[in-house]
Amino acid sequence: MKRFFLALLAIINGFRRRRSEEPPGPSGPIVSPGPPAPRGAELAVAALLLVAALLGVGFMFVYATESVGNRTQWEGLTLGGAFLFLAIALITAGKHLVPEEEVEEDYHDPEHPSEEEAIDQIVRESGSRITRKKLLITAGGAAGAAVGLAAITPALTLGPLLDTDELRDTPWRRGLRLIGDDGKPMFADQVEEETFYTAFPEHAKRDLLGAPVVVVRLPPAQLKLPPERAQWAPMGIVAFSKVCTHAGCAIALYRKPTFAPTQPRPALVCPCHYSTFDPARGGEVIFGPAGRPLPQLPLMVGSDGVLRAGGNFSGQVGPSYSTVRSRGPT
Amino acid sequence: MIRRAVAYLDRGTGASPLLRKTLRYAFPDHWSFLLGEVALYAFIVLVGTGIYLTLFFEPSLAKTTYNGVYAPLRGMEMSQAYKSVVDISYERNAGLLFRQTHHWAADVFVAAVILHLMRVFFTGAFRRPRTLIWTIGLLMLFTSLLEGYLGYSMVDDLLSGMGLAIGYGVALSMPIIGGNLALAIWGGQFPGVHAFESRMYIAHVLIFPALIATLIVLHLALVMRHHHTQFRMSPRATERRVIGLPAFPAQTPRSLGLMLAVAAVLFLLGGLVQINPIWQWGPYQVAQGTNGAQPDWYLGWLIGALRLVPGFDLTIGDYTLVGNPFWGGALFPLVVLLVLLAVPAAERRLTRDGSTHNLADRPRDAPGRTAFGMAFLTWVSLIFVAGSADRMYVFLGLSYEGQIWFYRVASLVLPFVAYFVTRRVCLALQEAERIDAERELAEAEAAAARLPAS
Repeated sequence: MKRFFLALLAIINGFRRRRSEEPPGPSGPIVSPGPPAPRGAELAVAALLLVAALLGVGFMFVYATESVGNRTQWEGLTLGGAFLFLAIALITAGKHLVPEEEVEEDYHDPEHPSEEEAIDQIVRESGSRITRKKLLITAGGAAGAAVGLAAITPALTLGPLLDTDELRDTPWRRGLRLIGDDGKPMFADQVEEETFYTAFPEHAKRDLLGAPVVVVRLPPAQLKLPPERAQWAPMGIVAFSKVCTHAGCAIALYRKPTFAPTQPRPALVCPCHYSTFDPARGGEVIFGPAGRPLPQLPLMVGSDGVLRAGGNFSGQVGPSYSTVRSRGPT
Repeated sequence: MIRRAVAYLDRGTGASPLLRKTLRYAFPDHWSFLLGEVALYAFIVLVGTGIYLTLFFEPSLAKTTYNGVYAPLRGMEMSQAYKSVVDISYERNAGLLFRQTHHWAADVFVAAVILHLMRVFFTGAFRRPRTLIWTIGLLMLFTSLLEGYLGYSMVDDLLSGMGLAIGYGVALSMPIIGGNLALAIWGGQFPGVHAFESRMYIAHVLIFPALIATLIVLHLALVMRHHHTQFRMSPRATERRVIGLPAFPAQTPRSLGLMLAVAAVLFLLGGLVQINPIWQWGPYQVAQGTNGAQPDWYLGWLIGALRLVPGFDLTIGDYTLVGNPFWGGALFPLVVLLVLLAVPAAERRLTRDGSTHNLADRPRDAPGRTAFGMAFLTWVSLIFVAGSADRMYVFLGLSYEGQIWFYRVASLVLPFVAYFVTRRVCLALQEAERIDAERELAEAEAAAARLPAS
């Protein structure tokens, strides 16, 4: 160890000597020194650097010590602090220790007309042996297009690019029971007014856009469903896709009036862009950017009292895309 | 020792003449010129912290059950991706510091880029010969927005999932190809196949960063080539000659100091100011959503646009042609990008001035440009602020629907107001300067006339 340090010292010393022996630069000073640095600037920079070093050590200490409380905060404080003092040291050095001289340069002229001309000429002259230019361009174009297309064809493997039927899939079928958030079947007489429930089809994956429905109960007198959906709301219970027809977020808000005479009627609201749907009128859009009503799921009550789907949704689930029908079944 | 190092370098590369020139490269000094540097240094912090995070992040949607130290999530089913980020936050030493610093750096990066863009616009620094630099910068900004979006989307917490659902909605809404496009990206119906996570991951950690880094190198190389613009601060600063501090020694400690200051601020933020506490949102499930969750600020303008568009899909008869999210989520940013890309050519045509400009304008020097810039900024900003209408409703009780109607009208009217007001202010400032100059001249003449008489 000792020998190592001695060797290191010798090397540094050697460098020093050699530098002092060398002749000065070729043509006098290049950097104009300007006025002398203010007194104490060097000491200040050295002190700042030492504080940075201390904070660096502090970070390693915090990192290594498990008993430190609020470790993330202390780590950020020490590491960020170390950077901060280094920054102040450098900026102080830049302001006071380093000569501040102005230099001038010419802006380059960005254009070189003679070079442009020469390049044009090289390209033209290189093609001087070609006589059937059109033929070659056509053949080259065909080859380029075909090979280019061939090279990007494997991108079709990314997904079912040509067949969009998958977008219409939902797991709902007639007779499937509604399963609540808690994993238990949803009984019609346990569904209360002025709140909303999330339900899924039994035996189905929950991670599908078409799976979740939001269930609310309204006084039957308030329901103004389209005539063909008259049988879809047993006991005033209606179910809609929980996925907004605007941009696919979950309809996670239920606006219910706290004072019915003056406040707007109950509505299902998406928290992403506040599309607002009217559950009493078959999911019509009342406000916000959605362009289609919320698809309604027909409901019926089984002999066991459990809510069941009466069929599939009234329309396409999720955001719209070209070819989706804006009204009526998919 | 320095001599030896230089000799070694020169023998190997022959770069001494270039290096010498670079050391004495003249860099004009003005505070507004450091905004771009701040962005560059934030990018360096992003790469550094990002590499650290990849060492622990598991880009997998495979389900697992959480059994870590954060009690409220214990026993919950979640993806490996989400679990690994909760673990980075709670169980990897310095993991939370680096994660939060990374997130803060992304927010600061985009902010610095946009301020830099505004500086370049309002000083006319995009004019020839720097038009290509402007174009590259814009491509970088929009790539960065996508990069940031992917970054917080890969985590698979509830916020990620909601953001991705909106992205899915926007992809679906594209005219004609929407359904195919969304299926190709997600590999199937939302939330997509497991490989979708790998696609986001490779794009976020390799493809987009490499693209941004390449664009940064081009951007800076072209700045070096053309030299920086300068203000008319000294009579020696002309269209043909640049006056500035040399890169070495004067600029070097300042610039390195700025880099360390950026790193300092980001690590202090990362350590002391919480950002995106994903363990509070929980894992994403299709059927769940939170109210009041806000995306990163740089996506606010898109949220605002998506919320302002009136509720309609473009249909032919009964069939949808264009879904509603297209207008706010795709067309609006596209228009913003195209307008900004078209700025240099449009100004050349309108002012009939295609010459090169190395002297930067002050905003008042070009009232038309400044007024247009303020109008455009007003338009985008109002749409941005519209994205906070729900928070204003919660905090101040202002009617949400009333606010939306206000912003719909204001975003169409106020840009014109901003245009005329800005133009008037610029002209008035010019006029005031002219009067000042005339008075000074007259006073000097009067003083000169008085002198010989006395």
